[in-house]
Amino acid sequence: MGLDFSVIPGYIDIVLLGCLWTIAITVAAALLSFFGGIFFAVIALYAPAIIRLPFRLFEWVFMGTPLLLQLFLIYFGLVQIGVDLPAFVAGVIGLGLHFAVYNSELIQTAILSVDKGQMEAARTVGLSRGQALRKVVVPQAVRAVIPPIGNNMIALLKDSALVSVIGVSELTLSAQRAIGATYRPFEFYILAAAFYYVINLCMEWVQRRIERRIALSR
Amino acid sequence: MTDRTTYVQIRHAQKAFGTLEVLKDISLNVERGQIVAIIGPSGSGKSTLLRAINDLDPLTSGEIWLDGVQVNKSLPFRQYEKHINEMRQQIGMVFQHFNLFPHMTARGNVTMAPKMLKGLSDKEADALAEEQLDKVGMLERIDYYPSQLSGGQKQRVAIARALAMKPKLMLFDEATSALDPELVDEVNQVMKKLAEEHMTMIIVTHEMDFAAAVCDRVLFMDQGVVVEEGPPSVVFKNPEKERTRAFLRKHLETAS
Ligand SMILES: Nc1ncnc2c1ncn2[C@@H]1O[C@H](COP(=O)(O)OP(=O)(O)O)[C@@H](O)[C@H]1O
Ligand SMILES: [Mg+2]
Repeated sequence: MGLDFSVIPGYIDIVLLGCLWTIAITVAAALLSFFGGIFFAVIALYAPAIIRLPFRLFEWVFMGTPLLLQLFLIYFGLVQIGVDLPAFVAGVIGLGLHFAVYNSELIQTAILSVDKGQMEAARTVGLSRGQALRKVVVPQAVRAVIPPIGNNMIALLKDSALVSVIGVSELTLSAQRAIGATYRPFEFYILAAAFYYVINLCMEWVQRRIERRIALSR
Repeated sequence: MTDRTTYVQIRHAQKAFGTLEVLKDISLNVERGQIVAIIGPSGSGKSTLLRAINDLDPLTSGEIWLDGVQVNKSLPFRQYEKHINEMRQQIGMVFQHFNLFPHMTARGNVTMAPKMLKGLSDKEADALAEEQLDKVGMLERIDYYPSQLSGGQKQRVAIARALAMKPKLMLFDEATSALDPELVDEVNQVMKKLAEEHMTMIIVTHEMDFAAAVCDRVLFMDQGVVVEEGPPSVVFKNPEKERTRAFLRKHLETAS
């Protein structure tokens, strides 16, 4: 049996809906991972030991274990202690925190490599350390790592397929459902791949725009 | 005890980095509106002294006073943080390498602290930015980022940023040393203008001609002590100490 793409129109609505879910999860998790990454970086560098050390453990769990396991833990595990999250929310939290930890690593390094004179100049006009971090040091650090954070966000998009395991009907799972009904794996996997590729292109476009916008302010 | 009429007082300042004594019992009084130049060889402790005044490099012992208030008074940590932040608002500092905030325009650099710390509205802050940037001749570049400015322009914006807090005292640490020779004058002109407005200033500099032209007093520092101090006419033209003469001689040779 050869390829027959004429089966696609009948199921395009399912796959498009899955595509929308993938976009929603990716955008929400990307935002969480970005702001969470900044927050974690500041904690890792500046929080008192009593906060920093438990945080290390948390960081280690998110870096040292499979994302799949983390998703299971958040979705199925937390129910046992009474936290019953909708699959979409559990997926966003899992993906978002996982990549927040990676972003945090980038941002920490960037914070440490901001010129010491920046903190000094900010303190000299009367800002507290916290104010100086917030207004002067962290914004510069984040600007410096926009390109690698962008790469993490592309990885996040691809890993968003994993949330299908907790039942979110995102792009990959929708394709599978269409395949279940039509027995046409090749056509629908190709279609899903095409959608991922388009989303990927859009993300790269957004990243380039951001980079261009901040080009002068670096 | 303390003579509270003197605007800026440094009393028996001592500073050590580990075992390295950088400032060895330095005292200095600066009257309101006075301009003091500090000269001396590299490594003599000039920057450290300047940075001790606003507590960027806290003294090992000694006192700093500004307008009747002790800058480095001993307080519990939190209270001290609040106190020092208030004091620093009154002490402008200009660095050799400008240290402008690269992610903000000239306007943003000037208005950030007044907005945060003095609660200026956007409109008031804009008026302030225009006023201060106009003063340093940078009004046309108000919406430029530091990356779009020359070194001299950056330093002028940095001066405007310090002035925007309406400081009682301005500290300059080799403000023109990092500049290409042809850009030095535009910064010196701004400093001269401040001198004419009777801003109280302490200026670390290698430019003897400039110091002679604008300063009321010159301090020659070497190895953490003030070797000689007096009006520029004396320190430059007729120094008492052999070390001062040797330094000036050497400086003249390398400058020409
Ligand atoms: N943070 C520091 N840690 C250790 N030594 C320092 C530090 N800052 C300055 N020094 C040392 O203190 C001495 C005086 O430095 P500085 O005040 O910068 O001199 P100047 O500005 O006159 O060139 C130098 O020997 C310098 O190496
Ligand atoms: Mg110096």
